[in-house]
Amino acid sequence: MTAPQVEIQLIAAIVAAACALPGAFLVLRRMALISDAISHAMLLGIVVGFFLTQDLNSPLLIIGATLTGLLTALLVELLHRTGLVREDAAIGLVFPALFSIGVILISRYAGSVHLDTDVVLLGELAFAPFDRVVVAGWDIGPKGLYAGGVILLINAALIALFYKELKLATFDPGLAAALGFSPAAIHYGLMGMTSLTAVGAFDSVGAILTVALFIAPAAAAYLLTDDLARMLLLSAGLGITAALSGYWLAFLLDASIAGSMATMAGVIFGLAWCFAPERGLVAAARRRARQRWEFAQRMLAIHLLNHERQPGAEPELQVEHLWQELRWDRGFATRVVSLAEERGLVTRQDGRLELTDRGRLLAQESLLA
Amino acid sequence: MADRHNGKVPAVEVQDLTVAYREQPALWDVDLTVPSGVLLAIVGPNGAGKTTLLKAILGLLRPVAGQVLVFGQPVVQQRRRISYVPQRGSVDWDFPTSVLDVVMMGTYGELGWIRRPGRRERERALAALEQVGMRELSDRQISQLSGGQQQRVFLARALVQDADIYLMDEPFQGVDALTERAIVTLLQQLRAQGKTVIAVHHDLQTVPEYFDWVMLLNVRRIACGPVAQVFNEHNLRLTYGGRFAMAAFAREVDETAPAVIAPDRSRSGGGDHGTGAA
Repeated sequence: MTAPQVEIQLIAAIVAAACALPGAFLVLRRMALISDAISHAMLLGIVVGFFLTQDLNSPLLIIGATLTGLLTALLVELLHRTGLVREDAAIGLVFPALFSIGVILISRYAGSVHLDTDVVLLGELAFAPFDRVVVAGWDIGPKGLYAGGVILLINAALIALFYKELKLATFDPGLAAALGFSPAAIHYGLMGMTSLTAVGAFDSVGAILTVALFIAPAAAAYLLTDDLARMLLLSAGLGITAALSGYWLAFLLDASIAGSMATMAGVIFGLAWCFAPERGLVAAARRRARQRWEFAQRMLAIHLLNHERQPGAEPELQVEHLWQELRWDRGFATRVVSLAEERGLVTRQDGRLELTDRGRLLAQESLLA
Repeated sequence: MADRHNGKVPAVEVQDLTVAYREQPALWDVDLTVPSGVLLAIVGPNGAGKTTLLKAILGLLRPVAGQVLVFGQPVVQQRRRISYVPQRGSVDWDFPTSVLDVVMMGTYGELGWIRRPGRRERERALAALEQVGMRELSDRQISQLSGGQQQRVFLARALVQDADIYLMDEPFQGVDALTERAIVTLLQQLRAQGKTVIAVHHDLQTVPEYFDWVMLLNVRRIACGPVAQVFNEHNLRLTYGGRFAMAAFAREVDETAPAVIAPDRSRSGGGDHGTGAA
């Protein structure tokens, strides 16, 4: 690997981890789309900051963009609170308005600088290594690495510091308020963190795909664990995995790095969705199948219990007739009987089924429940 | 009414409280004085403002008029003395956390910002879980709990706060018989310790058995006082209006005989209170 390759991957991994941390709380608070809104709307802040400073490297741009992100969250909240618009519609109304003003300003006035719409939409990770930090004549690395690193550190520190408050306000905002922890302060704190992170991610993956780095790793982590702290770590880990694998996918396909990272984030979520040990589709299908056989065995036991002492009910107890009596598929009935035999619920003598004590107990329990 | 009970400052004093959502009043000029040490049930039909009243007492809603005093002071200064048990359905039980963790949230108030719960908080949470019979489930993920167990987790969380006033929003809603008994025992223990409990309650039949004070509320206050004095047919009719169907109700409320009453939405499987039988 060449040095620029290593640097690009480092930046991508750091940005992905920085996004995944607040992303976990956004997913838990059902506010996933607000990160999309923020990452779009802050374009306006960047453009206005650029006009004011005429310098793309000015820290004012970061501050302007972060404030625009907060403004987005505030406007969505205000619009929603009028009671005339639902929250999802409010998001869909606010951010296109801010974003489109930004787009108009760029296309009208900034055509000559390197702030162009392509970069805005998809980022410029591939060029990140060309933008160096030089201190006293020494080249100490790409700027993106430092920006991303600082944001990751801020996020990790804030979440570590306010872990308890974030957890409480996310799980039970009512109790948080009653105990004197302002849920509004925590909400806007998280929105500020999301905005700042989105600014960092903006340079790397652009406005459109940032949401993938916020949400996909966190949503996957949510399916994989039952513990909030573990979910945060896992979320960051999966974000890094998406960034690195995305980089190499882009390398292989000679395609957009941002697009490939977002794709891999989606693939990772898809894998978790299918194969998560307890919540995944496969595990759920297995559980349903197991329950189906279990339930069929209970039905069999209850059927036998109902008819075992009944005079003239002999056909009901015959293995050969069982499937007709219960209107079951013949193969299904055979399998259920053999499963029940294996479990010691029934015994078979000359094709006649009889409940064991265990089978009778199961039937009686099932009827009581 | 007993403004000063045993000459002490009332636990909760609500004065001329009006709360509105978008100019739609949820509570109209409500007065309420709860002496220290009583178990008070708030009853009333759906939309009567019961939860709103609890939230206003907690300071979670800003009134349009009136005020709430807790031990004679604004609630903001008395937060630590109040503990809140919200409705079970108000939180997401799929949240990735454990029973013990939820109970420990009750200690966050006294910890304040940033400080983390430690061993002491853990011990207290475990003790509270013991009290509600849930200690062996302390490591369980909360999504695996039954409705009754969820309610007991919330109660344990309230106990950990070690407050003087407990505000509970429908603690008996949808719980199994075992949990219902556990909650009743707990209420009695709290009363024995001199704590005040204010609970929104739905099952009119159990009011005389579980509580010693009752407030009848339907946007405005209909009546409030000791169960024996105010829990009668007249007040119930005023509260529930035409929708209040009497199965049987003693004309003169006897202090000892529990009244048998069925509101029209009586709980399913609620026992043998057929019409005609008293």
